[in-house]
Amino acid sequence: MAEKGIGARVLRKEDLRFISGRGHYTDDINLPGQAYAVFVRSPHAHARIKRIDKGPALASPGVLAVLDGQDVAADRLGNLVCGWLVKSKDGSPMKMGKHPLLAQEKVRYVGDRVAVVIAETYHQAKDAAEKLIVEYEELPAVVDLAKAHDAPALVHDEIPNNLCYDWELGDKAAVDAAFAKAHHITRAQFVNNRLVPNAIEPRAAIGHWDPGQDAYTLYMTSQNPHVHRLVISAFIGIAPEHKLRVVAPDVGGGFGSKIFIYGEECVVLWASKKIGGRPVKWTAERSESFITDAHGRDHVTTAELALDKEGNFLALRVNTKANLGAYMSTFSSCIPTYLYATLLAGQYKTPAIYCDVQAYYTNTVPVDAYRGAGRPEASFLLETLVDQAAIELGMDPADIRRKNFIPKDAFPYQTPVALVYDTGDYARVFEEALKIADYYGFPARRAESEKRGKLRGIGLSCYIEACGIAPSAVVGSLGAGVGLWESAKVRFTHTGKVQVLTGTHTHGQGHETTFAQLVADKLGVPFEDVEVIHGDTDKTPVGMGTYGSRSLAVGGEAIVKACEKIIAKGKKIAAHLLEASEGDIEFKDGKFTVKGTDKSKTIGEVVFAAYVPHNYPPGLEPGMEETAFFDPPNFTFPAGTYVCEVEVDPQTGKVDIVRFIAVDDFGNVVNPMIVEGQVHGGLVQGIGQALLEGARYDESGQLLTGSYMDYAMPRASDVPFFEVVTTQGTPAVANSLGVKGCGEAGAIGAPAAVINAIRNAIGVRVEMPATPERVWRAIQQSPMLKAAE
Amino acid sequence: MYAFDYFRPSTLAEAAQLLASNPEAKLLAGGQTYIPTLKQRLAKPSALIDLAHIAELRGISEEAGGLTIGAMTRHAEVAASPVVKRVIPALAALAEEIGDPQVRNRGTLGGSIANNDPAADYPAAVLGLGATVRTSKGRAIAADDFFTGMFETALEPDEIITAVHFPKPEKAGYAKFPNPASRYAIVGVFVAKTAAGVRVAVTGAAPCVFRATAIEQALQSAWSEAAIDGVRIDPANLNSDIHASAEYRAHLITVMAKRALRAAG
Repeated sequence: MAEKGIGARVLRKEDLRFISGRGHYTDDINLPGQAYAVFVRSPHAHARIKRIDKGPALASPGVLAVLDGQDVAADRLGNLVCGWLVKSKDGSPMKMGKHPLLAQEKVRYVGDRVAVVIAETYHQAKDAAEKLIVEYEELPAVVDLAKAHDAPALVHDEIPNNLCYDWELGDKAAVDAAFAKAHHITRAQFVNNRLVPNAIEPRAAIGHWDPGQDAYTLYMTSQNPHVHRLVISAFIGIAPEHKLRVVAPDVGGGFGSKIFIYGEECVVLWASKKIGGRPVKWTAERSESFITDAHGRDHVTTAELALDKEGNFLALRVNTKANLGAYMSTFSSCIPTYLYATLLAGQYKTPAIYCDVQAYYTNTVPVDAYRGAGRPEASFLLETLVDQAAIELGMDPADIRRKNFIPKDAFPYQTPVALVYDTGDYARVFEEALKIADYYGFPARRAESEKRGKLRGIGLSCYIEACGIAPSAVVGSLGAGVGLWESAKVRFTHTGKVQVLTGTHTHGQGHETTFAQLVADKLGVPFEDVEVIHGDTDKTPVGMGTYGSRSLAVGGEAIVKACEKIIAKGKKIAAHLLEASEGDIEFKDGKFTVKGTDKSKTIGEVVFAAYVPHNYPPGLEPGMEETAFFDPPNFTFPAGTYVCEVEVDPQTGKVDIVRFIAVDDFGNVVNPMIVEGQVHGGLVQGIGQALLEGARYDESGQLLTGSYMDYAMPRASDVPFFEVVTTQGTPAVANSLGVKGCGEAGAIGAPAAVINAIRNAIGVRVEMPATPERVWRAIQQSPMLKAAE
Repeated sequence: MYAFDYFRPSTLAEAAQLLASNPEAKLLAGGQTYIPTLKQRLAKPSALIDLAHIAELRGISEEAGGLTIGAMTRHAEVAASPVVKRVIPALAALAEEIGDPQVRNRGTLGGSIANNDPAADYPAAVLGLGATVRTSKGRAIAADDFFTGMFETALEPDEIITAVHFPKPEKAGYAKFPNPASRYAIVGVFVAKTAAGVRVAVTGAAPCVFRATAIEQALQSAWSEAAIDGVRIDPANLNSDIHASAEYRAHLITVMAKRALRAAG
């Protein structure tokens, strides 16, 4: 291993600029002649737009333009679309409601874009926006997911019952047969709470049309600039793809929310041309982020597990209602379907699984991928259901899991829900976690807590997820409108320095470090000589971006492939310089050597020869720059066991997490420090979902949790010092690095561990977020605690 | 934020004069509530009169065995003050728990009680300790008369708080159950054993800080946690919102009262 190569705990290159205020974010960019956009948004959850009078706003000082849905229609701009076609049980395609850049005829959620005001200054735009006259006819709002089917109102007039699709996966007949002969059936209902993504940097964009070139540039907070370029050109139709450059500079967190194509970024790009080519800037205010960034989760589920009398799982049956919000966001269809139901096998050999999902429109903010995206919902219901089954059968939750794990010799393992797990050793990871947690020493700790008047509980969660999105042909067959390969270009300079251009995007993940380690290792060059470049469609090869823990497993592998091409070409040059045959050249640690001799050339010498080809293989192209694309043959499947210990204050219901052990199998690891940091972040978001976070609407569709006064984000003091172990894993099969992906694991595995621990402490499962009042009320009604009194 | 004029007086007299001559002006103390309000365009004052540079409004001194704290004294100053820690340690402890470090370094005693947020901490201490609010009009308003309703006080429109005088209690303690989002009090209870009897003030639970007379009576008869066991708080007049129901708040009042008692020693 090179000192800063694969496996080394290298400090992150990017952190110095981030922590010293030298990052360069979209809002830091100010272009000459820049104007400012402020959006006028619907104050109603559901209303018909009767009239818009632009007059007073247009007359306001400094105003350059006021644009609304009619202007969008007049310019024939396309609608925002969902890029993944999901079909219902009867084969009919999902029903996609029209989603214009600016509302036409109706507004469908509080925050829906009605118009945009462009002015010389931000404050002038704000002032003018207040003067825009919009007359609404209020309509009844569909807010409650559980009642959306029979709601008196339709979010989209042409879509009956607000039902977008009614989808299924699995063998229903086999599942029903297994339930018919089950010894025991465990049933439960779950609410998976709606979350607001809350990236630290709000969304921002600057659109610029250059009249001289008739070309467009869009600076924006994007996780996938090429996907933005594609959709804005191919579907919205603002600019042809070769005349549009999308730049995503430093981006302060995404968690999924910056994958999607929203109206605001498109509008500022379009508006720049409308005002003659002056750049137009928009930066979301935090309260705007709450009501416009796509939310996450929001399921209501009924699940049943059939067991035999020994506690073996026979079958799982799940029905889920998923909330889409008012419109289909970019990937919203696949989250509660292909990223959810396909994970319901978990780590278990359950032979039959059936899941059906009804996705509904409501008059709320659109819902799409948020850290984990579908997989946290699956893992949460499965792991809390398994715990409940153990309790009902009088088994230890550890034992019921041991009994049902997929054994390590069963891989590759075909699950009953479409996926083929490549590798894993769930039982070993599980035992390692239990050992670190001293699981069997828990009763003594509980007794000690009891002396201090606290109720102590321990909870397990064995999650699995599918990462490394994704084999293009597979996702294509399931309805995806794009391929999900990744790209990389590795470019040497004359002086032997390396530029790595990646199609992925880093917004907190640490790619600038991890990818540099990868290249340093593969090419034997100093880590410091490798610069990772991303986030500019005019610089990097076309890439699909960063989400779904895919960047290393897919984008990293593309880098490896490009390095291999570099080495292959280098061998030809070295063979020429060393007067040997190409087949005799070996490459190791940055040196090309003639096999069995001490004759060698460094990679720097070879690169120099490629750029100054005075003595060079005839017919070989000069230069040293290689591009590779990688389409993975399968997903990767990170898995792990989390153990959470809580203390509950019976007087107030407040839950303190006193220990949290995470043992993850991420396959091989490039930078263990970054991986641990990723797990920490994921755990905090998972704990946030379990204890604190939850978007709440009132009956009229107003978001009650629209600021940090009411939406509880986890703070450092809400979490313990995590005990994170990246165990010696089972290397992934789908890429040569053997890596799996680690960005979402914490958020996927943590909620069930926390909720199971609370149930262990008080004897009742509490819905998320397990707020103090909910826990306190559950304590009042707990048969277990009553029996103990 | 809408445009406004900004004044920075250096004496109380000048500030009072500015306020009298600008009826649409607002006083700016620490700005921890008002600046966010302005940024959201929820207020449109003609002018802000910044009290931060008036020396006579700041400082902590011992007076008649108790403490007099200038209206513009920051929470962090109260929390760190050796004098406060010696004379009324419960007050320093309360100040230490307000908001976060940024809030404590900007927020002021006078600003907090003039705003009278139903969930703020300081009103509980002022009412619980039976403090006196002194003003630019030479008035000394008893705490029992000062807090008149949600965001309402006995202050007149052109009146400025100059200082608060806290008599020294025999014992005092404060315990709060913070809102997990805002960290304001869902329920905060201040208990004090004073020369004039036991006082118990509750913040966070109702539209305005109030005295929990049932707990006062119970503690008057016996200064012990057990004395509170028999007390049931009526939820009828308490707040119910997405964070806590009235019933839960009623329950928390007794729990926090006991914890405040424990803190008082």
